Amino acid sequence: MDSVLEVQALTKHYPDVKAVDGVSFSIPEGICFGLLGPNGAGKTTCIEMMEGITKPTSGTILYRGKPLDRAYSQKVGIQFQHTALQDYLTVKECLKLFASFYEHHVDTDELIALCALDEFINRDNRKLSGGQKQRLLLAIALVNDPDLLFLDEPTTGLDPQARHNFWKLVDRIKAQGKSIVLTTHYMDEAETLCDDIVIMDKGQVMVRGTPDSLLEQNFSSAMIRLPQSSGIQALSNFPYEVIQFQDKYEFSVDHVDRAIATLIAENIPLEGLNIEKPNLEDLFLKLTGHSLRA
Amino acid sequence: MLNFQRFWALLYARNLEFVRDRASLSWNLLFPVLLIAGFAVVFSEENKTLYKMGVYGETPQEWQSLKHVSVVTYDDIEDGLGQIKRHQLDVFVAPETAEYWINPHAPNGYIMEKVLLGMTPNVINQWQRKEVEGQALRYVDWVLPGILGMNMMFSCLFGVGYVIVRYRKNGVLKRLKATPLMAYEFLSAQVISRLMLTLSVSALLFIACDWLFNFFMLGSYWLLLLVGMLGATSMISLGLLVASRTRSEELAGGLLNIVSWPMMFLSEVWFSLEGAPEWLTAFSQVFPLTHMIQAARDIMINGAGFIDLLWPLSMMIGMTLIFLCAGGYWFRWDQD
Repeated sequence: MDSVLEVQALTKHYPDVKAVDGVSFSIPEGICFGLLGPNGAGKTTCIEMMEGITKPTSGTILYRGKPLDRAYSQKVGIQFQHTALQDYLTVKECLKLFASFYEHHVDTDELIALCALDEFINRDNRKLSGGQKQRLLLAIALVNDPDLLFLDEPTTGLDPQARHNFWKLVDRIKAQGKSIVLTTHYMDEAETLCDDIVIMDKGQVMVRGTPDSLLEQNFSSAMIRLPQSSGIQALSNFPYEVIQFQDKYEFSVDHVDRAIATLIAENIPLEGLNIEKPNLEDLFLKLTGHSLRA
Repeated sequence: MLNFQRFWALLYARNLEFVRDRASLSWNLLFPVLLIAGFAVVFSEENKTLYKMGVYGETPQEWQSLKHVSVVTYDDIEDGLGQIKRHQLDVFVAPETAEYWINPHAPNGYIMEKVLLGMTPNVINQWQRKEVEGQALRYVDWVLPGILGMNMMFSCLFGVGYVIVRYRKNGVLKRLKATPLMAYEFLSAQVISRLMLTLSVSALLFIACDWLFNFFMLGSYWLLLLVGMLGATSMISLGLLVASRTRSEELAGGLLNIVSWPMMFLSEVWFSLEGAPEWLTAFSQVFPLTHMIQAARDIMINGAGFIDLLWPLSMMIGMTLIFLCAGGYWFRWDQD
């Protein structure tokens, strides 16, 4: 599969911090690519360099094999993490304004239907709810019919229903064959939307792959969690590696039945026991020793 | 090349913002009318306590120590005669040629004539008395161009400078930067939009004030419009320069105040700098508002023509070019 975007040895240094420190990866055409990491990992700086908004300190970014040029902004759509629009403009006026900036733009009625904007199309953009605002910003990002779409933490601050509605919308855009670069610190969002992910921490790439393959490589089939009061940490010959996770202890196992039999044999109380499938949050904890939301 | 589709779309959006911001629009219209009305009431009665004498050429030493008489020196005889005409001087004297001018309709002129003759008993028969007639200039006639100019100044500086900094702070500029829009397209739309709005509001105020106070207007309305356009453009450009990379509204507010307050006091908005120290008068020439107000007064009160206004017009054009070039060079979309 051809790469729509390729990042080579990308760095961004500020006087007091290396926000991005030698990052390299390529993004195949037509997939949803996730850039994951905790706050301050360098995701936003990285995506803003890929968007052409921030100049890298060093490194190369290639769009379809060529360095970014002025025409690049005609071909990409961007939804920022925090953004405001001009005051007093209605949703429709915002769409028309942004459409006028591009040589080619899609029919605004199509966008209104795609992003379900019709119920508040004549409302002042400042009076929209969080979910409505994100849908408008997504519509603006799509106004030029881009073949590469950047979404920087698009569902941060939304309620669960608004997030699920947004995910459905992203699915519809994926179905149109567009390539998407998504940053998030919600692991369920990444697992639902992303075909391929990179996990970043402290400005560097820690791991890259599909969510399933990464979990398969790093975990057994299930995670068992017990409260601290169970006393599991005091066992000296316990056959599984136990680590602390928030206020609990956990270990991963291939065979749940055997693990439970061992716990019973060791007289560990099963009260408060949890059995879960490992997720990207667990992966991040394993890789870095700290939580993604930290 | 300027892309007109983008330019018009931004211009239209900015105008919508202004027109829909009712509170700010009402304030822009109401504030100067209230101010002018207030001044008209306060200064409706002649409450000068000083007599004013104009002197062409060297002023005799003993005249300078006269109590309750302010003595102003003129280098151009026409300026002094214009002031007599508008009752702004009580007497105008040219000691070298032993001539003096008074306005027969000005009560203070009669008194100052007696004072002048009383001060010079030895040469009393040598004085040539001349009369200049003209309608009295009320303070409201004099102050109106100043207040309209001041209103334009605040509208231009804060309406552009403050808005751009707010756009930068809340991410609007960053969002625009992510589109193919060029900085000069955005800045041109801001300048033209503010120019249109400022001139429209000022024209409405001009008409309303004329209806209320029936003030002086001796010159050309087209020339006055040209002065308004150049003055507003130079101050909008100054606003752009201040906002070119300022990140916080507080800093922008402070910088705009630093620029606007000296202009308000030194650009002859409220009072004339006639008789002020020379260095202060010279310093006031660095402000675009000074040139705009002086030119507007010259047109309205003295009926000045295009040629008479070459200096203030060129100064406003020069300042616009300097501010625009510097503002465009320094401009940054976002906070990095």
